[in-house]
Amino acid sequence: MNDGTLKSGSHLENILAAGQFVVTGEIGPPKSHDAGVIREKCALLNGCVDAANITDNQTGIVRMSSIAAGILIQQEGLEPVIQMTCRDRNRLAMQSDILGAAAHGIKNILCLSGDHQSFGNHPGAKNVHDLDSMQLIRMLQEMRDKDQFQCGEEIKGGGPPLFIGAAANPFADPMDLRPLRLKKKAIAGADFIQTQLIYDMDRFREYMKKAVELGVTESMSILAGVGPLKGAGMARYMNNNVPGMSVPDHIIERMEAAVKGISSDDKKTRMETSRAEGIRICIEQIEEIKEIEGVAGVHIMAIEWEAAVRPFVEGAGLYPRPEGDG
Amino acid sequence: MIVADQKPIKDIKEMLRGKKKVLAVGCGTCVTVCFAGGKREVGVLSSALRMATKLDDEPVQIDETVVQRQCEKEFIEHLGEQLDEYDAILSLGCGVGVQTLADLYPNTRVLPALNTKFMGGPSEQGVWVELCQGCGNCMLEYTGGICPISQCAKQLMNGPCGGTGKDGRCEVDPDTPCAWFNIWERMDQLGIQDELMQIQPAKDWSSSRDGGRRRIVRKDLQKPELDEDI
Repeated sequence: MNDGTLKSGSHLENILAAGQFVVTGEIGPPKSHDAGVIREKCALLNGCVDAANITDNQTGIVRMSSIAAGILIQQEGLEPVIQMTCRDRNRLAMQSDILGAAAHGIKNILCLSGDHQSFGNHPGAKNVHDLDSMQLIRMLQEMRDKDQFQCGEEIKGGGPPLFIGAAANPFADPMDLRPLRLKKKAIAGADFIQTQLIYDMDRFREYMKKAVELGVTESMSILAGVGPLKGAGMARYMNNNVPGMSVPDHIIERMEAAVKGISSDDKKTRMETSRAEGIRICIEQIEEIKEIEGVAGVHIMAIEWEAAVRPFVEGAGLYPRPEGDG
Repeated sequence: MIVADQKPIKDIKEMLRGKKKVLAVGCGTCVTVCFAGGKREVGVLSSALRMATKLDDEPVQIDETVVQRQCEKEFIEHLGEQLDEYDAILSLGCGVGVQTLADLYPNTRVLPALNTKFMGGPSEQGVWVELCQGCGNCMLEYTGGICPISQCAKQLMNGPCGGTGKDGRCEVDPDTPCAWFNIWERMDQLGIQDELMQIQPAKDWSSSRDGGRRRIVRKDLQKPELDEDI
């Protein structure tokens, strides 16, 4: 994908351009103004990932602003990927926030529709959706490449240097549409994609095959979403209840088998054994993902289990991470 | 049509507190068709309110009438003659009807008995669904005749979010189909799925309520100004 010129010069973009297998992580800001929480989570990820997503009021729950939290982790030496949802802001607020973020040196932005507010702690809130995620991608691309605001007015002094990301859920219905939607995000101007959690490698291989055929990977880097399972219950729940999530039976069975024979009274041992198996499965998946054509890296989602990231990255042979410009 | 739903009776009873005589006014158009404010509903609600207010020892006399179209002054003008004897009008019309009554009769309190819900139609017996938000800038030609502004919880214009559930259900309400799942199927049926690759640009919402109160002026239908020379 690299034609020699970088669009933003972010660390993430540099490493992808250098052809290195990228690792990104995720930090969920606290439901408070406690900067210490961000610094603690940051310490667990720092050095293990090339950049960390900062979620934006994820699941519709009010949390510390993603841009503010991003500035905090940047001060700790970890590069942020700011998530921006279309749920909470109109095009004025989005562009204003982008300019503010860029003024603080933030470059990576992930464009999302946003979880519906009915799932969160303010279900009576009005949602915005002035733009959809596709239009947000396009707006950022035009700010950066055409030096213009969404209205067409010139951004004096030039547009902000952005590395534009988007999300993809490879397995949600309608399935045939998903690779095409990915292609549409490439056309809109996305530079990288982070996918929903992947457990079904066979289906992911098929999806990536279509993505490569569509030429998506020529202009866009795809990071496969991975995350360690905590237990068989979580695996079953995700398989049955989370749209587009497919956890194959053999993985659920492995999670069940891991704790077989351990007394149900010994909760601590069961939990530790189960979690260790979750990390092992995930490490094996990364080995498989590395072999899939068109995948440029992994995005690790271990929200509220940030301590899992280091053993996981080390176990997958992805430690240490490249420094500087990759 | 405009689809409405009756407010909880306790809320309506609360609105009537202190009133002695009220005129319940139904509407013979949309709210009759959706069984919210026609002759039958005016009768049932009025009886229930008479009974409820009597039980509270604060009986309210409720007279009943139904007009053909509450949203046009011509159809409600005849009510004026009798209004002096009433403490309030209880409208079983949509929000347009309530406001038209209030506008024509500024000295009479007009109370809403219905919650106006949406523009839509029946999807099966006893079920009504929203189909239009009146955004003022129709895009149905791009989406196979299925509106993502009114049918998608996130008003997405370029395809489904990642939350489409099994069998094409919306993650926000599993009883509601995913608009984009249906658009995809419809466009497949029409053989025009490739049109979905076209990126719909940011929508101009100024034609929607965001642009302020909307009005339509049709010069060709307005009364001609009288020429003073004639």
